[in-house]
Amino acid sequence: MSKVINLKRGLNIRLKGGAEPVFGTSAPADKIALKPTDFPGLVPKLTVKVGQEVKAGEPLFFDKYNPEILFASPVSGTVTEINRGERRKILEVVVTADGKSVSAEFTKADPQKLTRDQVKEQLLKGGMWPFIKQRPYGKLANPAIVPQHIFISCFDSAPLAPDYELIVKEQIADFQTGINALAKLTDGKVYLGLPGNVQNSIFSGIKGVETNVFNGPHPAGNVGIQIHHISPLNKGDLVWTINPQDVLFIGRLFETGKADFSKIIALTGSEVKTPNYYKTVVGANLASLLKGATKQTTKERFISGNVLTGKQITADDYLGFFDSQVTVIPEGDEYQFMGWADPGFNKFSASKTFFSSLFRKKEYVLNANMNGGERAFVLSGQYEKFVPMDILPVYLLKAILVNDIDKMEQLGIYEVIEEDLALCEYACTSKIKVQDIVRQGLDVMIKEVG
Amino acid sequence: MKAIKNFFERTKPLVQKGAKYHWLHSVHDGFFTLFFVQKNTAKTGTHIHDYIDLKRTMGIVVLALIPALLMGMYNTGYQHFAAIGQLDSASFIDTFLYGFLHVLPIIIVSYVVGLGIEFVFAQLRGHDIQEGFLVSGMLIPLIMPINTPLWMIAVATAFAVIFGKEVFGGTGMNIWNPALIARAFLFFAYPGQMSGDSVWVSLGGEKAVDTFSGATPMALAAAGHPQVNVADAFFGLIPGSIGETSTLAILIGAAILIITGIGSWKIMLSTVIGGSVMGLLLNTFAGSNAYMAMPFWEHLIIGGFAFGAVFMATDPVSAAQTETGKWIYGFLIGFLAIMIRVVNPAYPEGMMLAILLMNTFAPLIDHYVVQSNISRRLKRAKVKA
Repeated sequence: MSKVINLKRGLNIRLKGGAEPVFGTSAPADKIALKPTDFPGLVPKLTVKVGQEVKAGEPLFFDKYNPEILFASPVSGTVTEINRGERRKILEVVVTADGKSVSAEFTKADPQKLTRDQVKEQLLKGGMWPFIKQRPYGKLANPAIVPQHIFISCFDSAPLAPDYELIVKEQIADFQTGINALAKLTDGKVYLGLPGNVQNSIFSGIKGVETNVFNGPHPAGNVGIQIHHISPLNKGDLVWTINPQDVLFIGRLFETGKADFSKIIALTGSEVKTPNYYKTVVGANLASLLKGATKQTTKERFISGNVLTGKQITADDYLGFFDSQVTVIPEGDEYQFMGWADPGFNKFSASKTFFSSLFRKKEYVLNANMNGGERAFVLSGQYEKFVPMDILPVYLLKAILVNDIDKMEQLGIYEVIEEDLALCEYACTSKIKVQDIVRQGLDVMIKEVG
Repeated sequence: MKAIKNFFERTKPLVQKGAKYHWLHSVHDGFFTLFFVQKNTAKTGTHIHDYIDLKRTMGIVVLALIPALLMGMYNTGYQHFAAIGQLDSASFIDTFLYGFLHVLPIIIVSYVVGLGIEFVFAQLRGHDIQEGFLVSGMLIPLIMPINTPLWMIAVATAFAVIFGKEVFGGTGMNIWNPALIARAFLFFAYPGQMSGDSVWVSLGGEKAVDTFSGATPMALAAAGHPQVNVADAFFGLIPGSIGETSTLAILIGAAILIITGIGSWKIMLSTVIGGSVMGLLLNTFAGSNAYMAMPFWEHLIIGGFAFGAVFMATDPVSAAQTETGKWIYGFLIGFLAIMIRVVNPAYPEGMMLAILLMNTFAPLIDHYVVQSNISRRLKRAKVKA
């Protein structure tokens, strides 16, 4: 039974530089890296040494507290670097690709004919497990737990986000197989969230799932928002989530018996000459993709992911584990004379205090300037406009700031991760670091409640 | 422009920690950020941030206050010339200029004293200077009678900033509206100079004509003789505090606040509803009491009701902060303001006390709204696994 859920609150930030539905060509990445820092709370244990040869699907490291969870090399090649930070914390494990993409061998099987344990074992061994996240907290899923449901949002509503309809279209059979495997892991259902603005979504034909349609501005595509409206999480509830593109890896593993981590990403942003889609691989080095691809008329900021939740990277850095998008915007580290008094015909704003709010369709170039100093909470009713959930965001944030675990539970810490409140941080008059505060709350909850 | 930037950039090392002029750090930052939005960019979290900041927000509130200020200046001159019987011979320019010259010193005193204290506190705490006083500094003159001595303005402003705001932690932390604290301070500390019929009209040393009374409509009404000239009250040609008299100018300000989304229309509307309900109730049970029988809508255009509803009740820091809470908060302000006005003869104006009272209770209202959210969230329907 499909429901249509209309969300009013939220905001589509109209940035310039959305990707055209065209595939560009770029030389394949010669190096890839897995970053343990992409997984909050992970303590990695290495299984390889520098100089060791690996095949695609063979582990590079595992989770110290859950040794079954393996983090597999996305390509075949040689481990060339293990970069460490302070206190020898592992930051990157770099594999130089041999260009042959030889995969380790796994069982080729129809997941529907396997048992839950067989499916789980294959996912763990093939390095697929790290793609599955648990809610609450958005951390690595624990293989020992059976989740109540699995949720997949089949569209990304973030600024300049890639279109999963386009990415998955040619691979819909892999997607179905992946879903069949995931369905084995839960006693509940697999829920797909479909975009309301797409007619005949390719995901509407997927079998063995329950689909719901979500209308409305960002963050309607965030899986956390969708969970809230389908099966809200109270204390003790636990569900899993996974990105649609990552379902394809699981599908291919069962279809072919091989680990194939190739993925499609969108190169977007106002500073990109021709924003297009590109074929690449999980954790790919972006140097070959970004070289010559940007306008270089101003100082540029490179982001793996979108402008709200992505990580800042350099032009020869690596794609984040979960990211399907690279964004390039101006850095904007310049003074603005009397900027606060600017009439602002060219300044997009979530508030209605700039004349730009008269133009409803125009797209804008936004840079990374903070546009003001950090202040105390002054305005009220501002965050609520961007959170389409029955949650009082400011009260939740204040509960986190005073470390009141009971209040955090009551006010909805189980239902949010950073991305769900990212728009509040964008729009905040007082420039409060909302996502950092949410992370702080999640860390406290993981430590104290688990 | 470049020279200003160079000046601030060159002097910046001098106010760094450990440098000779570090004690001017907050002031340097305050003025630098006033002229230039800084060049720092996002380090964590979202990569893009809205162009709005607290300076713009406060700037828009001050902009919304300008019509009331200009009308207040004009009315000060108007009341002056009316009192000395020269209204017909005074030109528009004369009238406005008289008011301008008498109102300006009050504004200057309010800003100098208030900002001075803000600078000192920001420096002591090592904080940036927060912009809250930009609005308070304009609100304080607008709610004062024109004849308030300047030293009283200074004392009241200092009291409001220190005990109404800074002791709680500064902008964003205060419980009561700082401008109303200033007004309440004078009201209770210097009742002789702050009420009666002599404070509302500036005579400027000249002799009033015999028919001049100087009483505000509020005072007349409290004395049992309500007489409201609706047109004068709406356009603002009645005696009263500087900024509160012109309902028209206040409505222009309200429009600015509502269109930009800076002021809460919910609070404004619910305050008017609350005032109207109380007014209607009084009308119903008026009997022979002339004040109670005064049409309810006349309450909305006399005294400080409109000014309070638009600019005071909507102060986001001291108001209720939940959306449901705002309806309750505003309604009770309007309701109580008219009740105090009519029923309590000791206080001809109820708006100040009603807002301060509801400021006090706003956290309680919010508490119940948050509790209802919590219990609703616990009872949500779920899809069972």
